[in-house]
Amino acid sequence: MLASLVGFLGDLDLAEEATADAFATAAERWPRDGTPPNPGGWLTTTAKRRAIDLIRRRRTLAAKTQQLEVAEASEDDMDEIENPSSVIADERLELMFMCCHPSLATEAQVALTLRALGGLSTEEIARAFLVSEETMKRRLSRAKAKITATRIPFAVPPDHLLPDRLAAVLAVIYLIYNEGYRGRLDLAAEAIRLARMLSALMPDEPEVHGLLALMLIQHARRAARFEDGELVLLADQDRSRWDAEQIAGGRRLLDRAIALRGRGPYVVQAAIASAQIEPDPDWDELAGLYARLVELTGSDVVKLNYAVAIAEAGAPQRALEIVDALNLPGYSYLHSTRGELLARLGRLEEARAAFSAALEHVASASERRFLERRIGEL
Amino acid sequence: MQYAILIYDKPGSYEALAPEEFERVMAEYGPITEDPAVRGGAQLQPVHTATTVRVSNGETLTTDGPFEATKEVFGGYYVIDVENLDQALEFAARIPSARMGGSVEVRPIVERGTVESRSEG
Repeated sequence: MLASLVGFLGDLDLAEEATADAFATAAERWPRDGTPPNPGGWLTTTAKRRAIDLIRRRRTLAAKTQQLEVAEASEDDMDEIENPSSVIADERLELMFMCCHPSLATEAQVALTLRALGGLSTEEIARAFLVSEETMKRRLSRAKAKITATRIPFAVPPDHLLPDRLAAVLAVIYLIYNEGYRGRLDLAAEAIRLARMLSALMPDEPEVHGLLALMLIQHARRAARFEDGELVLLADQDRSRWDAEQIAGGRRLLDRAIALRGRGPYVVQAAIASAQIEPDPDWDELAGLYARLVELTGSDVVKLNYAVAIAEAGAPQRALEIVDALNLPGYSYLHSTRGELLARLGRLEEARAAFSAALEHVASASERRFLERRIGEL
Repeated sequence: MQYAILIYDKPGSYEALAPEEFERVMAEYGPITEDPAVRGGAQLQPVHTATTVRVSNGETLTTDGPFEATKEVFGGYYVIDVENLDQALEFAARIPSARMGGSVEVRPIVERGTVESRSEG
């Protein structure tokens, strides 16, 4: 029993103390209330509960970094504790804010979060980010050492810091999702799991629901995004291969976020993801949502998408003016968008030149084939 | 836990202020310096007063000025004692130099002779 507890806690002293307490409680209760049906299980569960209690009380730094080890225990270990969510809910939230502290490098935040909260092994994380296990091990131990040395707090930040710090947590989750989006391992599912946890722990934060909604709506279309290795555009995707239930779940979360008066970047992006998968998208609405996102981010890439929505809403000339004012010379999507707009305006020669410019900056073979096909069609 | 709050100024950022603006900014340092968390600190004389010493093969080489030309000059520091990094960062954010093109670095002070290892990966 002690061994299983040490594995669970990674701390011998704490395990011993908790075990001793469990036996003491048993000595007091069993003669009075009768021996429980599974004495071994009772002792283990009681000792673990006691250990978590001890950690909570020993709110010294040592106890706080210890939490990292606690969270590394497998789900099965956690399930042994009755009603686990109520026991450790607070700790998981605090752990998340600690792992995503802005004083840690972004790559360290991502690795720590996956290790401590995602339940991935160091080897799996290393594989997902195409580095050796040794490198990932060092990255993790360096991050843990910095947490200890600089005393990064194990706490949910106070209200005046919360918006910034929550944004950092959401950025890490979305980064994990986008790694998965490009097809590596099951990081996308992992990111969704983390966001689900966070949305349960912070039910009043619209941006959390917004991010989860965004990821669910995108993830629901994963099976239809590629066909025979070729990228399939949204309009050409086989809708029967979309996960309708996941989309509905995402939209429910989006409604909740909007009901909470969410107007932040993730809520707006989720609203865009939801609106653009309608069979007949409302492009005026989409243009309005992109305009809001431009306001929030000031990003030229977002402005490019805004221009696309304006064009689809029936104003390709205005869209072209917006695109021509952008400064994204190495971005293939800018050139291909210009090409589409010029083609629509009947300026075929210029359109061909724009698609050729896009070809110069394209990253993947499937995108290259797509652009070549487009030039051929003109 | 003790932290050093290292203040790097953008060269000329204070000189560029109008007199009354300068007064207002300097007045902000009063309550910062008197914060109960402060254990020590110093404001340094301007960078042109610096002399740099290097020892090479037992020979002392003395040169004028700071050791290298930088975009920021070290202007002073505080030592503070607070609960955790977030509190130290909040203290740092109050220092005017941080919003005047300079930056403020927060570093924990070595306690009990333990130095954080610098292993790279």
